[in-house]
Amino acid sequence: MVAGKKMTEQTPEEIELLLPWHAAGTLSARDSRRVDEALACDPELACQYAAIREEYAETIDLNESLGAPSGRALQKLFAAIDAEPARQPKPSLNVATRLGSFFSSLSPRTLAWSASLGALALVLQAGVIAAVLLHGQPASFETASLSDSETITRDIGATPPPRALVRFAPAARISDITALLDKYQASIVDGAKGGMFRLQFAAVSKDEFAKLLSRLQGEKIVSLAAATP
Amino acid sequence: MESHSFQRNYCYNLKKLGLPIEPSILLIRPILRDGQLSATLAASDDVLIHRIAQGDRLAMQVLYGRHHVRVFRFGLRLVRDQQLAEDLISEVFLDVWRQAGKFEGRSAVSTWLLAITRFKALSALRRRRDVELDEEAADAIEDTSDDPEVTVQKKDTSAVLRQCLSKLSAEHREIVDLVYYHEKSVEEVAGIVGIPENTVKTRLFYARKKLADLLTASGIERGWP
Repeated sequence: MVAGKKMTEQTPEEIELLLPWHAAGTLSARDSRRVDEALACDPELACQYAAIREEYAETIDLNESLGAPSGRALQKLFAAIDAEPARQPKPSLNVATRLGSFFSSLSPRTLAWSASLGALALVLQAGVIAAVLLHGQPASFETASLSDSETITRDIGATPPPRALVRFAPAARISDITALLDKYQASIVDGAKGGMFRLQFAAVSKDEFAKLLSRLQGEKIVSLAAATP
Repeated sequence: MESHSFQRNYCYNLKKLGLPIEPSILLIRPILRDGQLSATLAASDDVLIHRIAQGDRLAMQVLYGRHHVRVFRFGLRLVRDQQLAEDLISEVFLDVWRQAGKFEGRSAVSTWLLAITRFKALSALRRRRDVELDEEAADAIEDTSDDPEVTVQKKDTSAVLRQCLSKLSAEHREIVDLVYYHEKSVEEVAGIVGIPENTVKTRLFYARKKLADLLTASGIERGWP
């Protein structure tokens, strides 16, 4: 029965302190794992643990040997309870519980009749609501400002500025392209996909844009220019 | 025989209360120590407390049946007086009857019962002006069994260990009992005794150290501490 390390004057370690709870099986899974790991690699701790298990078993035996109380305690308790003022059951504040107890107090027949009446009332209510809606609603949809003489138009904003797909000549330099963009008041709105750039121009009429496009086509550094939405 | 009658009455009371009879109840006595009930019953303890709060005497009887032995033993180990320990049980369960409505379920019912028992036991000891929680008080109590040295001559190590456990101070006894016998976690012991969790751990450590000293004095060397 040689157990454990000499810890007389030392502060016990955390794992060592947990050993009794490990023996009683009341540790959390995490702590229990920690203790198991420590026990596996520390033989002195394992010896101490064996001593603890012995103490554990003897404590149970000792308590079990204390016997049980006589029936006098129960008699005394109920005599005292009888002497207590009568207690009114407290109404539960929980609405669900109260509803539950109310419905459970009804007989099945009453409950069936109540459910039927409730369903009938729902059907009647639905009928009344439908009738009111059908009578009160005009035949077609009407807005407050709508006039039959006016056509309904919606302004969806200004016409989008014209755009063109342009392919620059391979020899074109950045400075040339920049100058061309300035000249035509254009900007690149989309990158070079397949060597084509999407250019956006200042708002002009359709005819002016066609002329602009043909001028653009004639530029040295432009190999292709085509209108695009 | 007694255990069968206990099971019969217990199941009968559960049936009357409309509580479920778990299959484990039928095995209570064979597999568990006296008065200890399966953990599966812990939840229905809360139901019983709720019914007791409504004034249900039968629920009180069932709760008493489940826990009175443990309450008695815990109280007896603290006050060391059979008569006083029996009085304690009535007081503890009467408190439960009165306070059930205030039970919030933050701890297990068994933990709550032990906390009440401890409080009642210490109050009773104070009333008797016997509040000394040191070894002198323990030594003063007559022990009818053999002296540890005598027992060790009989080569009964277990008996010596039990005697040394009885010789611990009340403070150490209660923590040993709560952890080993009542199987309370660190948190629960802290709640019952009203001390921080770290103190619970170190107090049990020093209780064990004291036990080892008592064993050494009785001629049993365990090599720890």
